[in-house]
Amino acid sequence: MLADLDASQVMTLEAFADTIIPGRKRSADDPAVAGVDDDPGAVEAGALELLSHPAGGLADSLFGLAALLNAHAQQYIAEHSLTADGTLPAFVALPFAHRLTLVARLTAVDHPEKAFWVGLALFANMAFDSAAHLSTPEALAAGHPGLTLMGYAHPDPDGVYRFPRFSYGRQLAQPHPGTTPEGNPA
Amino acid sequence: MSTNTESTDVVVIGSGFGGAIAAYHLAAGGARVVVLERGPWLTADEFDHDFLLGKSFTRAFDFTIGDGMSVLSGNCVGGGSVVYFATMPRAPRFIFDRRGRLGRRMWPASITRETLDPWYDRVSAALPVTQQSWDRIPYGGGLWAATCHNAGRTANAAPSAVDVSLCTNCNWMYAGCKFDAKRSLLLNYLPGALECGAQIRPLHEVQHLSRTDGGGYRVHYRIVDEEDYRILHGAGTIDAKIVILAAGTAATPVILQRSEATLGLMPHAVGRYFSGNGERLNTVVYDEQKVREVLGLDRGDGVAYEAYQIGRGPVVATWDRLDGNLPEFERYSLEQLYFPPGLGTILAQVPGAAAPSWFGPSKKDLLRQWKSWLTIFTMSEDDNEGILGPPPQTGAATRFSQQMLGHNTLHYRATANTLRGWELSDADVRDIAERDGLAKVAPWTNDLVGAYTVHPLASCRIGDDPATSALDERHELRGHPGIFVTDGSAVPGALTVNPALTISALAERAMPGIVAAARDRGVAVTYQGDLPAGVATSRPKLLNA
Repeated sequence: MLADLDASQVMTLEAFADTIIPGRKRSADDPAVAGVDDDPGAVEAGALELLSHPAGGLADSLFGLAALLNAHAQQYIAEHSLTADGTLPAFVALPFAHRLTLVARLTAVDHPEKAFWVGLALFANMAFDSAAHLSTPEALAAGHPGLTLMGYAHPDPDGVYRFPRFSYGRQLAQPHPGTTPEGNPA
Repeated sequence: MSTNTESTDVVVIGSGFGGAIAAYHLAAGGARVVVLERGPWLTADEFDHDFLLGKSFTRAFDFTIGDGMSVLSGNCVGGGSVVYFATMPRAPRFIFDRRGRLGRRMWPASITRETLDPWYDRVSAALPVTQQSWDRIPYGGGLWAATCHNAGRTANAAPSAVDVSLCTNCNWMYAGCKFDAKRSLLLNYLPGALECGAQIRPLHEVQHLSRTDGGGYRVHYRIVDEEDYRILHGAGTIDAKIVILAAGTAATPVILQRSEATLGLMPHAVGRYFSGNGERLNTVVYDEQKVREVLGLDRGDGVAYEAYQIGRGPVVATWDRLDGNLPEFERYSLEQLYFPPGLGTILAQVPGAAAPSWFGPSKKDLLRQWKSWLTIFTMSEDDNEGILGPPPQTGAATRFSQQMLGHNTLHYRATANTLRGWELSDADVRDIAERDGLAKVAPWTNDLVGAYTVHPLASCRIGDDPATSALDERHELRGHPGIFVTDGSAVPGALTVNPALTISALAERAMPGIVAAARDRGVAVTYQGDLPAGVATSRPKLLNA
């Protein structure tokens, strides 16, 4: 599905994902990523790969969402009398602080399209915090930006998690005085 | 669409706690039992430690978004028991005297903590549920205990259905326990039911019920695609003399709502009085240096904590506010919790930041401290203010993703009573965790997917008052004899603690009456009153033995 999106649509959706979890620019010429952070963000984590994954449910909506997002950005630019680079999709042309403001508006409780934008944000975030488009052991082995930044542990060589050290090993509070002999609330 | 109708004594809809317990006792008593489960049948060797879409993480449970509340629920053979965190306290005694916003007793007069205790005992023996010892409490639980102690509070290691000797503290139990350390229903009631001849049919999603000429019920189901749950295949029907509905709080009333056209008017309380168990989440972000200096904690490897990922879900709670002398809606427990990435992390807000802070640069900084997080889980008394709207075309929710994600029909607007409990508990978590600069605290946002419950309750509840309860105190659906409901939807309201043991105890308590009703309807069955022996492994060859 990703291959079916044109460069402008990809750039628009990347700019949205970069607003959710911002990252470093991938190159000097990378207008989608605002570059407000020194580490990779949702885009390098694979936001577009996850958004276009057939199991996710959003893939067929991405064309429409990109167009709608740019329409909102056009309106925002007009409202705020901003000057924008006309060669870029309108949302991409927004300075980062304005991207933040517009995404906050679109995902606000009373926005009629809230469900779309929350859905888009949810998947962009999932690409970063859980890499749901990748096998977790492989993602970690490849240094996935989100899992790595969070410090998500690597599994054992068989891909399975075991934490042999897990406890401070001592009582650290007094139980409630009403606790029953079976360890329940009274 | 239709096929030849088969016939049995009992159809059980759903294989979680309510369904498995019913299936076991009815099969053990001699009834012919068929269990229809909408989700797949997975066992330990199929449980993955992997977030990839399509792994057991997305196959085995549902996350459905409603208007004002989202619901997590099991979607597999074994239901919630396969994906839950196995924390199994009994409900405090004041719960059974709750009056709720309607100002009348919510629970049947016959049910108190004293009358339910023998049934709690039975479930605790069958799973089994055990007390946890402090020397094996994972870091997160220990940290919460120490934090509570530092604030002059008590904290308990909660009873659990995990066999700690087998547990690796991998914290993947929401994707099914790979080690069969969690004593899910795949290890006790379900193999017990199979041993007694019950049949379990996965990927069978019941859509509605109708009546048969003989005074029984016809159960109409569709076959769910094993990979893409949005796709339904063939349809079928089974006739039964009695039906046990245990499809889960978010599904049982939907099946009944959809059946109104064929069964006739449903009790008013079907699909109403939904409770999210008063659930609320706060993110606590610890200062590692303060953990060492103030609490004196060290893992032994030079690290004070940094162990959010390590453990087995919630193990320690403070029960100081479970005090029957406090006003209703101001009582709650505060339980330490691990919430995996993927579904909850986005809802965490940045302490001290202006809303919205669930996204953007400051949120990324919060993620940099992820290893030092602890989620604190409030279970309070909400106001049963949820209502399920008209049912979707099929199933309990309109599926959006291939698996897991969908939209349910729930409408939930927290009342002032519920909000008061949440505000008090938020302030309490801050008071406890921010002492001495130990941590910073912020609640999850409710603005994205509404409030969040992992313990939906009460959408088809028992009670003495026909106006406000769908079921009588024997769990029979009012006006529809021979239909019983034994899942979380039958629980009258929020419990202030994890509800699985109470759901199970109520199901055990209902069984002698349900067996008697089955006998009255011509089923050759007797109540044996024994408990399943339990097995060590959930592998299919043993389940099918």
